[in-house]
Amino acid sequence: MFPFNFEWIWDMGHVVFMGGLWYALTILGIGMTYCIIKAAIDACRGNDEHHH
Amino acid sequence: MDSAIIPRGVKRCPLWQFLLFISVVGVVLLWGVYAMLLCWIKGLNQTNMNDYYGFAIWIWADLTVIAVGGGAFFSGLLRYIFGKDELKSIINYAVLIGFICYSSALLVLAYDIGQPLRGWFIFWHANVHSMLTEVAFCLSCYFGVLTIEFIPLILENRQLDRVPFFHHLSHNMHEIMAVFAATGVFLSFFHQGSLGGVAGVLYGRPFAYREGLFIWPWTFFLFTWSAAACGPCFTILITKITEAVTRKKLVKDDAVELLAKISGWMILTYIIAKTVDTWWWITVTAPSLGQTLMDFYSNNPLYGIWILFAEIVICGFVPAAILITKKGRKNSVALWIAVILAVVGVCINRWAMVLQVMAVPVMSFDYWAMYFPSWQEIATTILPVAYGIILVGLAHRYLPVFPDESELNPIETLPAEEEEAVEPPVELEQELKPAEA
Repeated sequence: MFPFNFEWIWDMGHVVFMGGLWYALTILGIGMTYCIIKAAIDACRGNDEHHH
Repeated sequence: MDSAIIPRGVKRCPLWQFLLFISVVGVVLLWGVYAMLLCWIKGLNQTNMNDYYGFAIWIWADLTVIAVGGGAFFSGLLRYIFGKDELKSIINYAVLIGFICYSSALLVLAYDIGQPLRGWFIFWHANVHSMLTEVAFCLSCYFGVLTIEFIPLILENRQLDRVPFFHHLSHNMHEIMAVFAATGVFLSFFHQGSLGGVAGVLYGRPFAYREGLFIWPWTFFLFTWSAAACGPCFTILITKITEAVTRKKLVKDDAVELLAKISGWMILTYIIAKTVDTWWWITVTAPSLGQTLMDFYSNNPLYGIWILFAEIVICGFVPAAILITKKGRKNSVALWIAVILAVVGVCINRWAMVLQVMAVPVMSFDYWAMYFPSWQEIATTILPVAYGIILVGLAHRYLPVFPDESELNPIETLPAEEEEAVEPPVELEQELKPAEA
């Protein structure tokens, strides 16, 4: 649910619940995007300095 | 035949033997899938749920796998946030077990809601006054976290790791795993707690109702605590079972002992808190709602006072006493007993907080409502177990789940085999076999 949906109400419940969901999804999304882009750049550059 | 994708330096059974094993478990899986399809196609009339039991064995299974899957978030917390490097040996397996548990929980929910095609309603038309909404949000997000934690393990497969992009992706994900682990801890704290909160806020059901802190009943904290305490025991138990099946040592003793020690202290503190909570409930909460302790435990064929004794003493204090002592942790039999009791204890707790709550009469004209699941419910509850066994089998065979396995089980290789095992560098390999690489 987003603020532009008709059933949205600007109250504490909606802000805390939906805010928490977006917050978590944003962290996961940004984290994965960073990893994927960096991996693509590293693969193009041919970096192979690490071993795990 | 599949030796090219088996991790280097480890020995696996012949492919036919592995396929036979998968086929046998696969039959059970198909039985569960058949029952699941019956529930989806014909509806929830395939179950023995009724007006008394809106929550039944599926919800118990759901709460139980989530509790025992708590080993993943707690091990992640210890490994990535508190820097317990000894757990490196077991963290991959903890993540795999967590992934299986949470995917199973979501699968169970998919047939419990009856119409899985409307599963997204809970996100789009969210009831922000419901603890179950919070559970759904955190559960889904945490499953995302576990998937992210599981992906690097898949990418470390011998062949996939040769692809430069996958190799770098896996490395980069490891680099920021602490961020994902911290997010997972945050999400786990809330969904484990809210599952307990659902029972604790039922003021019309004195068996479950508890006072609490602000909007959170004490069961909120007890559920999170018990998952963090007993989840690692489940991880140890599955590790021990895997070692027994494969007849190999897979995890270093110091990792198991550290996890067992922390788990032991967590169980001890949890069970003391649970005892205090129970005492307050017996002497204050229940009487204030017009009921006494024995109203919840007598005049019925199943729920005797033994269930409370078994949960708190036998499956609470006993495993805690074993695990907090060095002698107990080092003794293999005692360790087995302790982790089994701890896991059984959390299963009993979830059973009581889901099913006994429904069974206890609350009105003067009410009676003890007993329930036995239909075969479809049983088959669909066993389905995730079969799925878990297959996934563990595949992961153990093809992924480097146990980083210390080759060190703990050295295999003698002939010089010719050693030469064969040396693989060409990534770029050369790509030039030679682009399709395979």
